[in-house]
Amino acid sequence: MPSSASNSAASLTGSLIRERRLALGLRQGDVAQAVGISASYLNLIEHNRRKVGADVLGRLAEVLGTEAASLAEGAGGALIDDLRAAAATAPGQQPELDRIEDFAGRFPGWAAVLAAQHHRAAHLERAVGALNDRLTHDPHLSASLHELLSALASVRSTAAILADTEDIEPDWRARFHQNLHQDSERLAVGAEALVAYLDGSDTAVDTGLAAPQEEVEGWLAGRGWHLAELEQAGGLERLEGEVAGLASAAARALARTFLRQAAAEALRLPDSALRRAMEQGESDPWVLAQRAGLPVLGVMRRIALLPDSPAGLVVCDASGTLLFRKPVDGFALPRFGAACPLWPLFAALARPMTPFADHVEPAGRSARRFRTLSICETRLPLGFAGPELREAAMLILPDPGPRSAAPVLALGSSCRICPRNPCPARREPSILAEAEAQ
Amino acid sequence: MTARVLLIEDEPNISEAIRFILSRDGCDVTTLADGHAAVAAVRAEKPDLVILDLMLPGLSGLEILNQLRADPATETLPVMMLTAKGQGRDREAAERAGANHFMTKPFSNDDMRAAVRSLTKG
Repeated sequence: MPSSASNSAASLTGSLIRERRLALGLRQGDVAQAVGISASYLNLIEHNRRKVGADVLGRLAEVLGTEAASLAEGAGGALIDDLRAAAATAPGQQPELDRIEDFAGRFPGWAAVLAAQHHRAAHLERAVGALNDRLTHDPHLSASLHELLSALASVRSTAAILADTEDIEPDWRARFHQNLHQDSERLAVGAEALVAYLDGSDTAVDTGLAAPQEEVEGWLAGRGWHLAELEQAGGLERLEGEVAGLASAAARALARTFLRQAAAEALRLPDSALRRAMEQGESDPWVLAQRAGLPVLGVMRRIALLPDSPAGLVVCDASGTLLFRKPVDGFALPRFGAACPLWPLFAALARPMTPFADHVEPAGRSARRFRTLSICETRLPLGFAGPELREAAMLILPDPGPRSAAPVLALGSSCRICPRNPCPARREPSILAEAEAQ
Repeated sequence: MTARVLLIEDEPNISEAIRFILSRDGCDVTTLADGHAAVAAVRAEKPDLVILDLMLPGLSGLEILNQLRADPATETLPVMMLTAKGQGRDREAAERAGANHFMTKPFSNDDMRAAVRSLTKG
């Protein structure tokens, strides 16, 4: 018999009550007695033949040591979403999607295992993406390895000369000893930094092997992407003291520039004013920029840096190089190399001061949608005589509520780790496609 | 006849070690550290063999190789490329461009001597 949505929900509740009771090792008769209903009635409820009223459900929840809502909603919401997402990643299979709630209700443990495996697979996929991205494009790692191999080549060759050449002249011997000493120093420093790098990305930031921009972003992420001190007396100085602890001089310089800009923007549009405006329904960066006398990009930064802000932000210059990345869950941003050319960010870059509002769906297991607001602003730091500089930003916001009929732009992170195929904008094959082909 | 080798390598200690072992093996070795001067030096020196590092300041080893192969005077000149592990793509490109031999760092002195003898005989 086909089951309707309401039947599914009813069966879910009954099954969940039964699962919970069995997990606690309680007898049906004892639970029924404690709740004040007959055992046969509980039996009907548990086998989904009777709907359970709010009053009985509340008492059942109490006896079973849980919340009524968790029995009523049970495995709905997040778990069902996860199972749907897991099903979507196995296009070759034909899971019974119409019985997904029934499955989660009857086998909550197995459903949780499946959801956890799905999350783990997604996490590993992201890790593969990040590592591949790093190995392919990370100039720091490449230079570091080259430095080590060069020093090693010299040591091997020089040591062999000293070991094998009996009649070597004293001058040459002294010179080669000196070279060996120099190269062993290089090896020691290089190997130490490389081990720290391979030990984990966090330590890579600490040792200065991370790119300066990564260091700054790591520091901001560590602060929850919020700089409350900017609105306090002496706060900028305290923050400048904090960035003085960053590993590389380049990162310190970048962070100081960022801080001064953020401080000026916070002065014009403090957190409290921004929050108030948003609570009153005004969250359009363009409108807020007009009111605050700030560039639109400044307002976007303010929105992204609000405490617990769900907004992500990417900023690029005229070359398309990403200058700032505040990531958001479900929308992967490449750490190195070029981003997906389909990002509205780049459409904005080509048309300064034209606002772009889009609904986007990044490739990935989560299949989440986002709303993006993108715009490009220009500057003439040297006046008419100098070059025009462009800076574009894309604010990444959670897609609100039910899916709208608005067209959705399918995009990716960067070609190397994007599974979308065919894609008219693809630059190079994806390792995900390669892995599938093998 | 003494083989004349032009060694283009920007790491001075590697350059010194190679120069020593090849000189001891009877070669006349000239060294150069900068990519820009390489092609002119090859034309002027007319060596029997060029040992060329792939990663050089100025002009890369691959660009130098391309220029040498484009010039009728040097299109058949034996060229040994010094590469490091992890430069697979560059190495493939150098192979297509006509490199005669590859020596991967860190190399053994015996391998270096054997390769130079093989490339300069006849």
